[in-house]
Amino acid sequence: MKRLSLSILGAAALSAGCAIAVQATVVAVTAVNDTAVLETKLPRSLSDYGFFADATAQIPSAGVIPYRLNTPLYTDSAIKLRFAYVPAGKQAVADGEGLLQFPVGSALIKTFAYGEGEDRRLIETRVLLHRADGWLALPYKWNEEQTEAKLALVGARLEVDTPEHGTISYRVPNKNQCKQCHSIDDAVVPIGPKARNLSGDWMADMVKAGHVDAVPDGTNTLPVWEHRQKADVNATARAYLDVNCAHCHQPQGKASNSGLDLRWEQDDPTAVGIRKRPVAAGRGSGGLNFSIVPGDSTRSIMVHRMGSDNPGVAMPELGKTTVDKDGVDVITRWIDAMPEKTF
Amino acid sequence: MNKLNRICLAAGALLMAATPAWADTITVAPGEGAQERLQEALILAEPGDEIVLAAGRFALTDGLSLDVDGVTLRGAGMDQTVLDFSNQLGAGEGLLVTSDNVVLREFGMENSKGDGIKSKGADNIVYYKLRVEWTRGPHEENGAYAIYPVESENVLVDSVTTIAASDAGIYVGQSKNIIVRNSVAKYNVAGIEIENSYGADVYNNLAVNNTGGILVFDLPDIPQQGGRDVRVFNNIVVDNNTRNFAPEGNIVASVPSGMGVMVMSHFNVEVFGNVFAENATGNVLITAYPNQTEDADYNPLPVNILVKDNVQGRAGYKPAMRGGEMLAAAFGGTIPPVTHDGNGSDIVVQDDVPVLSLGFTKPAQPFTEAKPSVVDLSGDADKPLVLKPIVLPEAMEAAVKQ
Repeated sequence: MKRLSLSILGAAALSAGCAIAVQATVVAVTAVNDTAVLETKLPRSLSDYGFFADATAQIPSAGVIPYRLNTPLYTDSAIKLRFAYVPAGKQAVADGEGLLQFPVGSALIKTFAYGEGEDRRLIETRVLLHRADGWLALPYKWNEEQTEAKLALVGARLEVDTPEHGTISYRVPNKNQCKQCHSIDDAVVPIGPKARNLSGDWMADMVKAGHVDAVPDGTNTLPVWEHRQKADVNATARAYLDVNCAHCHQPQGKASNSGLDLRWEQDDPTAVGIRKRPVAAGRGSGGLNFSIVPGDSTRSIMVHRMGSDNPGVAMPELGKTTVDKDGVDVITRWIDAMPEKTF
Repeated sequence: MNKLNRICLAAGALLMAATPAWADTITVAPGEGAQERLQEALILAEPGDEIVLAAGRFALTDGLSLDVDGVTLRGAGMDQTVLDFSNQLGAGEGLLVTSDNVVLREFGMENSKGDGIKSKGADNIVYYKLRVEWTRGPHEENGAYAIYPVESENVLVDSVTTIAASDAGIYVGQSKNIIVRNSVAKYNVAGIEIENSYGADVYNNLAVNNTGGILVFDLPDIPQQGGRDVRVFNNIVVDNNTRNFAPEGNIVASVPSGMGVMVMSHFNVEVFGNVFAENATGNVLITAYPNQTEDADYNPLPVNILVKDNVQGRAGYKPAMRGGEMLAAAFGGTIPPVTHDGNGSDIVVQDDVPVLSLGFTKPAQPFTEAKPSVVDLSGDADKPLVLKPIVLPEAMEAAVKQ
């Protein structure tokens, strides 16, 4: 079960129907170890998967495709390197503007790093493996030498030097914490690669390469985060909430009991938080009465909690040691621009 | 809960009942690396396993979590094994349980930054002989809920102690089929709170020195509404006069200090056989939801509430609700021990004490429109108790007999 598929171009050129023809042994190219993705109970090292031709340089193996999201999830200003792997002969199926439906055998890989060029330090790589019994989320922590990342089932706390925030106590999530965000009705699922948050070009390339079946309507509808100062503030804010909050704050998510639903597609003002009272915010309420008070960010619990780095108050609860100032800015502008009587 | 989980649940129930021979016992001791060692045990546990927490103090920096069905987490006693979160750096609670058929027993937890122990979507959960406490006493920055099962079916909270939660000591929210008994709640804002839940028995508890002793609430704009069928009986609810230290915005921040039992916007509640005394605002308050809401699916009114056979000790001598001072003055310094805001239907009080009606005719009315008077809500005849006792799966009851 160590057959290597052809190089990325070769595999990409062929449709799914012909894929079997390319299952020939070739030399030299590194390839993904499908057994590790599918079967090994808990692979101990990131290298077990063969996702990278050069892991330290984050150069992917054949069939492991880098991607970015229009609006990304904030994690303490870490740089994120994202990759998707769809096994040869299989194809992800587009589901409207929503999450691409990756086939069993697929993997999503995300490396967290700080610094640029020579100074770049890899901190952790998180993998999501689509196995026969569902998705499995596992965190891998990079060693000091930057040669290998090892399974960190229980996560870790690390002193990390960051360009933006100085030295922080960085939290590598444990396996359960991975699931806390990555779950819908208690099943582990990917969060990021929704068609609406992926560029049209990337989607077209994936379709051309046979990794995805179609470019659906709604692709590339979330604004690009770097363009936020010029983009429509409503769309930018809603995209931010969708990406940073809605995996928990939705009816099937970890924070379902809050009744707050921050998904892009939710259009009920109360569900989005407008004049909605907190349910179980505790001191997270900060003495305020509503998640969002139109026109007044200073009286909106949402901004209060986003602006806090105090556990028990801070939102999101996980993956956040520092405040996302740009995120707070967008949500502040959005709320302040809301006419009081709009809703 | 999906289909797979239902199967797991059935399997887990079997495991609990049978105590399988293959179940492991994993012992974790406090000391160096406790965070990682304990979390690792929680992750690697298999259904049926028991994780034993040795006596001593576990110094923890991050929230713990359990996501394996059918696991028992057992300490050496609520004062002998202590999970100490005084230096917690992350996560919204001390311990989060997201799996079914879990038993938590005989350990203490102190000073978590957010909630204490939260279980979400965790069916058949047992909390037994636990202590969850904020050791500095009542304080605005204490965690919100000490014991916090939510969105769960079959919940047993038995013989726990909760102290100084800034919202509720024992809070059961949006759940079904619940028993809270033999427990102590003190110096919390709400001692015990049943919220937006279907079917709960709250009995043999001591609620003392809270802001409000026992609350039965139904709130709008959340997924499970229409709270109903709650029995509050044989509890001792005394001296709940601690100042309200809940942060504004939370519904309990509106609970007046000095409250015994408070029923807000709920269907079918029976309050009987309790001992009430020394609650300065009142022993029992029955009221509509006090805020404006646009939730069309929500009923803000209390419906079919029965209060009877309680021992009604001294109360109402310093009422802290809206207009309390004025009311006290009007009633010669002390208002009746039972207050009804005037809203709702089928409100029956058959204790042998006067009842104060505020005379409101709709929810969220300004106090200036109150028409206070002493009323007789005893009805024509003895109204029988009709709610059925809560019955939990046998394995849950068996777990607390061991």
